[in-house]
Amino acid sequence: MRHRRRWTSCAVVGALSVTLVLSAGWGAVAQGAEPIKIGFGMALTGGLAANGKAALIGMQLWAEDVNKKGGILGRPVELVYYDDQTKGATVPGIYTKLLDVDKVNFVVSGYGTNLIAPAMPIVMERKLVFPALFGLANNEKLNYPGYFQIMPAGPRPALDWTATFYELAIKQTPRPQTVAIVGADAEYPHNAMAGARENIKRLGFKLVYDSTYPPTTVDFTPIVRSIKALDPDIVAVYSYPPDSAGMVLAAHEVGLRPKMFGAGMVGLQFAALLTKLGPKLNGIVNYDFWVPEPTLRFPGIEEFLQRYQAKAASAGVDPLGYYLPPWAYAYLQVLAQAIEGTKSLDQQKVADYIHKTEFDTIVGKVRFGANGEWLQPRVLQIQFQGIETTDIEQFKQPGKRPVLYPEKYKSGNLIYPYAKAKIQ
Amino acid sequence: MRGRTFGLVVTGIVVAGVSFMRLGANQYYYFAAYVILQYVVLATAWNILGGYTGYVNFGTPAFFALGAYTSVALIKGFAAPLPVLLAAGAAVAGLLGLGIGYLTLRLRGVFFSIATLALAVVLQTMAVNWDYVGGARGISVARPARVPFFGSYVEFLFAVMLLLAVLAIAVAWWIETSRIGRGLAAIRDNEEAAECMGVPTLRLKLIATTVSGSLMGIAGAPFPYYVTFVEPGSAFNLDYAVNSLAMPMIGGTTTWVGPVIGAILLGTAQQVATVTISSALNLLIVGIILVAFVILAPEGILGLVQRLKGGARA
Amino acid sequence: MLSLDLLANAVVAGILLGGFYAAVSLGVSIAFGLLDIVNIAHPVFVMLGAYAAYVTNTAFGLDPIVAGVVFTPVFYGIGVVVYRVYYVSFEKKGQESLRGLVFFFGVLFIVEVGLTLKYGVDYRLVEAAYIGESLQIGPVGIAFRLLVPGVVAVLLTLALYLYLGKTFVGRAIQAVSQDSLALRLVGADPVKVKRVAFGLAIATASLAGALLIMIGPVEPSMNREYIGRVFAVAVLGGMGSVGGTLVAAVILGVAESLTSTFFGPSWSVAVSFGLLLLVLAVRPAGLFGR
Repeated sequence: MRHRRRWTSCAVVGALSVTLVLSAGWGAVAQGAEPIKIGFGMALTGGLAANGKAALIGMQLWAEDVNKKGGILGRPVELVYYDDQTKGATVPGIYTKLLDVDKVNFVVSGYGTNLIAPAMPIVMERKLVFPALFGLANNEKLNYPGYFQIMPAGPRPALDWTATFYELAIKQTPRPQTVAIVGADAEYPHNAMAGARENIKRLGFKLVYDSTYPPTTVDFTPIVRSIKALDPDIVAVYSYPPDSAGMVLAAHEVGLRPKMFGAGMVGLQFAALLTKLGPKLNGIVNYDFWVPEPTLRFPGIEEFLQRYQAKAASAGVDPLGYYLPPWAYAYLQVLAQAIEGTKSLDQQKVADYIHKTEFDTIVGKVRFGANGEWLQPRVLQIQFQGIETTDIEQFKQPGKRPVLYPEKYKSGNLIYPYAKAKIQ
Repeated sequence: MRGRTFGLVVTGIVVAGVSFMRLGANQYYYFAAYVILQYVVLATAWNILGGYTGYVNFGTPAFFALGAYTSVALIKGFAAPLPVLLAAGAAVAGLLGLGIGYLTLRLRGVFFSIATLALAVVLQTMAVNWDYVGGARGISVARPARVPFFGSYVEFLFAVMLLLAVLAIAVAWWIETSRIGRGLAAIRDNEEAAECMGVPTLRLKLIATTVSGSLMGIAGAPFPYYVTFVEPGSAFNLDYAVNSLAMPMIGGTTTWVGPVIGAILLGTAQQVATVTISSALNLLIVGIILVAFVILAPEGILGLVQRLKGGARA
Repeated sequence: MLSLDLLANAVVAGILLGGFYAAVSLGVSIAFGLLDIVNIAHPVFVMLGAYAAYVTNTAFGLDPIVAGVVFTPVFYGIGVVVYRVYYVSFEKKGQESLRGLVFFFGVLFIVEVGLTLKYGVDYRLVEAAYIGESLQIGPVGIAFRLLVPGVVAVLLTLALYLYLGKTFVGRAIQAVSQDSLALRLVGADPVKVKRVAFGLAIATASLAGALLIMIGPVEPSMNREYIGRVFAVAVLGGMGSVGGTLVAAVILGVAESLTSTFFGPSWSVAVSFGLLLLVLAVRPAGLFGR
């Protein structure tokens, strides 16, 4: 018995020693000054990992492409990243490690408002240029000139993001009058709903239902029933993937048939939900940033998606990759083009260059405004139409999700009211 | 441990901390060390109720986040300076501890734990719905640019957390070696017998929950300045619950030394893993460490050391 | 805004939701209520069950309920193994509560990460003919997606109730928490009995997981959202009372549903837990506890 105790005790002490040795090696600085190092935190685990991991694949493809063409300014590019675990508390540590210990040349943001925010004080203090990936209004109060947001929300993010849905609605006959808005108790939906309220007021709609639900809600039928009882013309939902699916299913089961249904459901861009919800999606008008429609054939996007899709299945992430990966590729493209354009690694010069240049990326032409947001919003409204099966290939072709708005990218017509789209 | 020895240990810690500040030029080490010291406070606080008294608190996030959100409210409303934030965080969380202690006085063992879990959920829902402190959207808190004597604000935060860690272990040591500690141990071993012996169990339990809660709240008070963006998901994270439980268990629950060892070891391991392995494997390693320790070294490292020395723990 | 229609629908939806909560909580009711094992990893086993249903549904088109039933013996086996480790490491030495808790936290992380590494973090759903359809009884509309889990949960509870009440092993399980010495005197080995009980507890996770993925999409870290709920239900119902678990779950489900419909969903979760705190303050043994 003593033998066994001694052995296990020694094993544990041994394990501890290994931990301590690892900790000692902690401070080791990364080797080499030759490559241009771009550092960031990314949500590889935790609530936003589904998107974060997909984004990372997009970024790694970018690095491959750049290095194949000889790098930036003749130097290879290297991505240095750590998992922020979808926890804001890890972000200050990660970014100071990247800057002080790993000595990266540039930093870019992780994914999501909550993970971008804790990095802002650090980049502001050190006056760094900071391309950001899909944060809603991080720079609204700070007005930091080094911040650039690749999400095409527009100069007033919450307002512009939500506006297109209502602007589309107001053009329809019979003109809808009443609106119900509902969303999850979380960052994006709260922000979006604030923007939605303003748009609703501005365009003269009447708000009849305005509520939020806990993100862990299991059953959405009570909520959908309360909404149905008020018989609103428009139902706008601002949700994350699990609740988007829950709301669509509940709406279908309860028989909710407003004149327009949709607005801001995250997750309806992913293969998992597209294939499982299938025909139940018909008629829903939702936001999107890119769909395989003929009006959105930007140079390089299709080739990128093919390469992404080849990697995605084995990585356990969304197999289609239309939502975040092209933008993750694009925000690095902007950075690289700015470095090439100024022929320098100077943060200030790069930031100034980005402010005054229009960039050509795989998501089209990108132009930033004074506060780092897109000069012109480009939030698309698409409608699910004609889906009869749950096959995934149909979503890779045009036709199932025509773009309705803005006019510049329009590729189809809105079937209005919502119920008409269901009969197909 | 006698008072003099303890005093020497404390001095040693402060000296180590100060030299660390003089040496370390990299801000990163301050950020990382801050988190580890924060866990020292949380683990020590938890252990006062958990290890000394035997009441397992599942609601560490509730007290920690309460400290953080009190700070947010005071910063936003009155631009209160840090000492006020610390005092307020300790007071409010202490009150919560007192309240919870009083409400659950009839609950033994795991019912108390469930109640603390329920408390954390209720508090999180309240935070989500209180727009003044950001609600579900979260709120940005600006870190002050400058602070006298220190190179950067982060260095200052590190020093503050170091002092809080010293405070926490001093409180734990004092409780442990006093009559209160003996009373708590009696409750831990057999509450009914203790009551029969005349130990004022209610009063002692209330002291334990209040002190434990206060210390957790004070650990949360500087959090808004550390992270600069506070939202309910991260303030109420399950990590705080798991770590404040696991660290004392890994180190040893019967004295003030155990939580410190556990916090330093597990905390450091987690910080290292964040910037090395950095993937889902992190969590796997934490899980394996927990299971391994709990099976192989149930009395924690202190117990292990005792056994290696040849003595049998009573 | 109190319309009878809305009220009736909210109550029915709440009952069905409660049934589902009961299915998920039965395992905890047995492990925690009867065996004093704080199995905080139970929700992650439910998640494992959900993924088992997902895999067979995608590969063979197997109905999730069928998958849940088919995998039950496998999960029973897992429960037996986990109990063995738990027993050898803790119970034998008499050091349960805290160590057991940390042990199960460790198990939680290991299983969650295992699922993440194997299946990724993308959301998974199942397909079945009846998901998305609903039936209408007068003013009340019931979605099959919720009806089926509700009904299955009630059947499961009934099955367990009968087993625990009528069979020798079942009664031995109930007895082992009360008086293991007396049990030994009747010729049953307490350790074996506990092993069967814990195996049973984890076995319920298989079916519960199938129900979970029927109701909505799943992803590995979702298990954490259920930890609070399952323990709340088990405690509210009264430790070890299977029937109590169902009643408590339905009460919580209806409370959530009514709050959601009439007061705004934001507070529905707080209402459930507030109810729990209230009951604990007034009657710590739960509704049907001994």
